[in-house]
Amino acid sequence: MSAYRRGLRVGATGLTIAALLLSATACGGTTRDDTDNDAGAGNQASGAANPNAALREGLKIAFLPKQLNNPYFTVSDNGGKDAVTEIKGEFKEVGPSEASASSQVSYINTLSQQGMDVIVTSANDPNAICGALNQAKAAGAKIVTFDSDTKPECRQVFVNQVTAEGIAENQVKLISEQIGGAGEVAILSATANATNQNAWIALMKTELAKPEYSKIKLVTVAYGNDDDQKSFQETQGLLQSYPNLKGIISPTTVGVAAAARYLSGSQYKGKVKLTGLGTPNQMRQYVKDGTVDAFALWSPADLGYLAAYAGAALASGQITGAEGDKFKAGKLGEFTVAKDGVVILGPPTVFDKNNIDQFQF
Amino acid sequence: MAHDSLYAAPPTAEAEPGAGRIASLRGLLGSWDAVIVVALVVVVLLAGLTVENFATGRNAQFLLLDLMPLALIALPMTLIVITGEIDLSVASMVGLSSTLMGQLWLSSGLSLELICVLVVLLGAVLGAVNGLFVTGFGLPSLAVTIGTLALYRGLSFVVLGDQAVADFPADWTAAVVRNIPGTSVPVVVVPLLLLAVVFAVVLHATPAGRALYAMGNNDQAATFTGVSVARTKFWLFVVSGAVCGLVGIFWTLRYASARGDNATGLELTVVTAVLLGGVSIFGGRGALVGVLAGVLLLGVLRNALQLADVDANALTIVTGTLLVASVVLPNAVADVRARLHRRRQRQPAAS
Repeated sequence: MSAYRRGLRVGATGLTIAALLLSATACGGTTRDDTDNDAGAGNQASGAANPNAALREGLKIAFLPKQLNNPYFTVSDNGGKDAVTEIKGEFKEVGPSEASASSQVSYINTLSQQGMDVIVTSANDPNAICGALNQAKAAGAKIVTFDSDTKPECRQVFVNQVTAEGIAENQVKLISEQIGGAGEVAILSATANATNQNAWIALMKTELAKPEYSKIKLVTVAYGNDDDQKSFQETQGLLQSYPNLKGIISPTTVGVAAAARYLSGSQYKGKVKLTGLGTPNQMRQYVKDGTVDAFALWSPADLGYLAAYAGAALASGQITGAEGDKFKAGKLGEFTVAKDGVVILGPPTVFDKNNIDQFQF
Repeated sequence: MAHDSLYAAPPTAEAEPGAGRIASLRGLLGSWDAVIVVALVVVVLLAGLTVENFATGRNAQFLLLDLMPLALIALPMTLIVITGEIDLSVASMVGLSSTLMGQLWLSSGLSLELICVLVVLLGAVLGAVNGLFVTGFGLPSLAVTIGTLALYRGLSFVVLGDQAVADFPADWTAAVVRNIPGTSVPVVVVPLLLLAVVFAVVLHATPAGRALYAMGNNDQAATFTGVSVARTKFWLFVVSGAVCGLVGIFWTLRYASARGDNATGLELTVVTAVLLGGVSIFGGRGALVGVLAGVLLLGVLRNALQLADVDANALTIVTGTLLVASVVLPNAVADVRARLHRRRQRQPAAS
């Protein structure tokens, strides 16, 4: 019995020590300070771009979204499919059922195994899929990211939906048109420390400082925490605190929908204007009942469409991902690659009662 | 007596010298381990013949790298399940190890070697907490480790928040995916095999290993034969934690990213592989060979179906079906055998 116990203890200790040794096999003393983290091979814009090259037919283009069964990515991948059909390529959509980086890696490996010409992906983690993407690139695939980028050196082109300036400009213009260019406005944001939101709000303030908006006064920024209930109450609070309020900007899908719901059931309906970033499906009824004149969002379908064309242009040698490269993206027209291989889809799409029924997302 | 022709002759050693061997051969083929090994071979052959790009060195490398965490954690999990317990907190321990490694690398200034040792020790401590609750307070491991599954995952988000640490030295991150020179087998397979041998020897060739089966069959009986049930189980949980620490390091370096949601959901895949490998969820039965074959079978199926463009939802359905089958089939087979056996015994009386 004691022999058994000793054996057990020796076994367990042995295993733990073995694990320790295994983990420390590599040799001595790597600290954070003495590793200068080389930023990889820099942006892979190698070779010369030939802007006149024809788009190759039969390109194998695969879309790998953050996860399947996510309505946003279903719409953008379908946009990509339309583009691939136009250029007579082979379209494929694969992806994990949960939004995790490690499962994306195994899909990237599979796609590279299958000899894809282009992999279009939205990264769940900017670093975790880099190794796999670099291997796929070495095997001959062109890499395009959309919606969520990786580190720049891991892909050739990143198709970004919109710039922060583009959003600020668009939102201020929308509210100004709706309130007749004068009066008090407020912003209903998400959380107080949301990076995106704060960048946009800062740029909106810059935008409002321009002479054409001199009669518009921003009275406050409220935070609805991207929580439906809280956003609803904050809207109510804004209208009570600022009786002269003419308009509200809510650049978040949760906030704008909650504010619209409050306004549509209140005496302020149609009198206090509301705009922001929202999805057509959430906002449709408020546009139809006259609560909201117009709001904006980029089109996920166009995003996928552009990403597919960018991939095809890369694979056909029209562009290499270097700054200044130009390519045509079917119905969307011509695009220019900006610094770090970024392509901007352009200003957000504005939705109003005339066009909202054409959009389902 | 037409029935008798269905069965081999009764193993009367004096009459037939080869009968013993035949019986053991039948035992081997009839065991679930053998079924899984055969299934693995069949699936590999089928995939190699029918799925394009499957039978390549590069694919073997991808496949083995993807399987590493699963295979490593399955080793201690097999021993734990054989004793009739379970550890569902493994994936969360991997996640917490990963974020701690990231946080230490980010802010402590310690060398990565030392950090790795600390992370494995920390994993052992996490496992010891599980072990303490299960053996010290006599709580069911299912409940305890569901609790620590949530607790450790929560802590891993406390450690790094929604941030990720990614600036690990490139030679380290390259080292874990490197192949053995001249082959397409990753070098990390070597420590896995070493550990597998250690676990197999402990389980199948030592008194301690035999005691694990005894505990799985009957805790009290095992206690009366002089086995320290509590102590053994405690150490198994500690080892499980240490291995999870090791996997946390591998995971972090392979994906060059330490973040709170690393390895989320892995525990279910590990349990699936262990059960698929023929370990009884009620304890007392199973072998390491079957488990390793189960791990490979899961990985090969997943990889081949992915290459054949079967979508993710179908993959999940396949995994689920396999799990159900692996629990139901061995029981059904045992049931049928027992019934046939009873019938055979009744037969002489009837005739």
